[in-house]
Amino acid sequence: MTRMTMIEAVRSAMDVSMGRDENVVVFGEDVGYFGGVFRATQGLQAKYGRTRCFDAPISESGIVGTAIGMAAYGLRPCIEIQFADYMYPAYDQITQEAARIRYRSNGDFTCPIVIRMPTGGGIFGGQTHSQSPEALFTHVCGLKVIVPSNPYDAKGLLMSAIEDPDPVMFLEPKRLYNGPFDGHHDRPVVPWSKHDLGEVPEGHYTIPIGKAEIRRPGTQVTIIAYGTMVHVALAAAEETGIDAEVIDLRSLLPLDLDTIVASVAKTGRCLMVHEATLTSGFGAEVVSLVQEHCFYHLEAPIIRVAGWDTPYPHAQEWDYFPGPARVGRALLELMEA
Amino acid sequence: MTETTSGLSLHVPEPAVRPGGQPNFSNVKIPAAGAVPRPDIDAAPESMRDLAYSIIRVLNRHGEAVGPWAGTLSHQELLIGLRNMMRLRAFDARMVMAQRQGKTSFYMQHLGEEAVSCAFRKALSKGDMNFPTYRQAGLLIADDYPLVTMMNQIFSNENDPLHGRQMPVLHSAKDHGFFTVSGNLATQYVQAVGWAMASAIKGDTKIAAAWIGDGSTAESDFHSALVFASTYKAPVVLNIVNNQWAISTFQGIARGGSGTFAARGLGFGIPALRVDGNDYLAVHAVAKWAVERARRNLGPTLVEYVTYRAGAHSTSDDPSAYRPKTESEAWPLGDPILRLKNHLIVLGAWSEERHQQTEAEIMDEVIDAQKEAESHGTLHAGGKPSVRDIFEGVYAEMPDHIRRQRQKAGY
Repeated sequence: MTRMTMIEAVRSAMDVSMGRDENVVVFGEDVGYFGGVFRATQGLQAKYGRTRCFDAPISESGIVGTAIGMAAYGLRPCIEIQFADYMYPAYDQITQEAARIRYRSNGDFTCPIVIRMPTGGGIFGGQTHSQSPEALFTHVCGLKVIVPSNPYDAKGLLMSAIEDPDPVMFLEPKRLYNGPFDGHHDRPVVPWSKHDLGEVPEGHYTIPIGKAEIRRPGTQVTIIAYGTMVHVALAAAEETGIDAEVIDLRSLLPLDLDTIVASVAKTGRCLMVHEATLTSGFGAEVVSLVQEHCFYHLEAPIIRVAGWDTPYPHAQEWDYFPGPARVGRALLELMEA
Repeated sequence: MTETTSGLSLHVPEPAVRPGGQPNFSNVKIPAAGAVPRPDIDAAPESMRDLAYSIIRVLNRHGEAVGPWAGTLSHQELLIGLRNMMRLRAFDARMVMAQRQGKTSFYMQHLGEEAVSCAFRKALSKGDMNFPTYRQAGLLIADDYPLVTMMNQIFSNENDPLHGRQMPVLHSAKDHGFFTVSGNLATQYVQAVGWAMASAIKGDTKIAAAWIGDGSTAESDFHSALVFASTYKAPVVLNIVNNQWAISTFQGIARGGSGTFAARGLGFGIPALRVDGNDYLAVHAVAKWAVERARRNLGPTLVEYVTYRAGAHSTSDDPSAYRPKTESEAWPLGDPILRLKNHLIVLGAWSEERHQQTEAEIMDEVIDAQKEAESHGTLHAGGKPSVRDIFEGVYAEMPDHIRRQRQKAGY
């Protein structure tokens, strides 16, 4: 075991995977020589050569489209979109092609690719460096969608994603790259080296896709979150003193419904939290499933705390980002209902 | 003194003729057969810029094969080529009829474009991969893909290799070097480049062929494909089938006429050739040149096939609403089957009688295949794919939520 940031864990996952399987190739904008704008691919080109890790032209549809062709040949591309906010030019390739190739060809061709993209806000990224577009992927049948919340999960899930026979959208909350973030932007940043989940095995291991993790067992209310909001939810539970059970989904599609249902059946209350905008966000799907499967256990209406239904603003960052105060208020509201 | 202006005006290109008018192809400049030089395989792109603006042709008006691009096929291979084009045309005719009879929902024919895919296929080797559009079934026919299997797909019957999930003609046949066709235009063009890059990454000798129509060159994936192909010198042949029409839209709307489609490769440093798409010999010769160039690791080639979409866009289309009914007859590059037939007769390798006899044989072959396919069902009658097939194959392993939905559907 060694201490890693989430960036180092992501890099380690690619490093170990490239070492184990010569069909794994890594490319994207600034990914090669420079090692990525977030340093996620640093050293990989020097170690594995320019034909295994290389820079790509600034063309998201080109990056995803060529990766699909490579996968059809038999490679396992793990590619990077520099920011999730810039995946839209590739949306056609992701949704109509990558997601459907197995189905439409009846398995004649498959698409084992991973599309990594830094996601989420909390970094004064404004409108096009802060978005959380996961709901645009969870609505697409044929994709898998993962959002890790810590270095240990990031590495294990990314290795699972690379080994998965189907296309995986891997959204990395960039606010968590260097340390856990609970929404208290006015406090000093805590590094991953001071966090249990910053302990990461150096070698190969995987975490199953489709399995949630309970981060904090509790009895009074279930908080369902993923990515940065897991840490916000934990902070809100501590600060309100409410004994909340915090579920880190990790995998949005497929979703670990069993863990959710077991928890809500126990607590009778449910709070869904995400950074992404509210309307038709992924929370709507979770809330719908919870009411469908836990209706007779519910003691209060399910509440969602999410980003406002607006583009992500710059100056008003902390009035937009759903921090521990907003989540805490929702918890109190749930308990009073 | 200030200059006066009457204001700006928007230029919206229009075809030379509309329904009711006399077909006019005076803008299509056709060089004589044999007039365009054949560069060395390893020639520098900048040394052959003229080839993007001319038309490589082998068969002259007397049915003779002339010039530096002639001689890539034996008489026997030409006879096979003629037979494949005739099979494709007969297949199309039967499937259009089957659609009219309600045996399938949809069909798209290749009328007038048979030489392009049939001849190109013969320049490839086993293991090479095409990334076709919906109008390259000649790639399958020329590779002896079973007609019955094609029809099973078109009829969405119980033997449909794609289990009823795809619209007719969107075939998939990996073993025949035919990538799964998508309804989304141009997406496969850049995927072909990726496949070729993969072959190069692995130090393989296989090459890829990308396919696109004139209209779809306006899609952004066309540009993505060219920049990636050029940047990484990918072993890919980038084919553009310019059949003059994108449904009702003449090629000028995709900005044909502003130079050529082939010339777009030049800006990316990709050698670009323009070829008579109705000349089986020319298509094969150019394809062979481009394929060899790719296989020798000399990089991509862009090829524009100048042809004419003689039929309707699809069974859902009526071209008389936007172009003269007689326009295909006026097309100056003629009909690919007639031209090869005349060539073989000039060579003394063919005759009118044998042609008619072959036509009858092929019709029997296609009708027999259709009978067999129909015995497995058509869209609305007989054997069908299972409802269970809706839910299979979305992922390698069926996730719980899809399993629950399958059970809810009763399967």
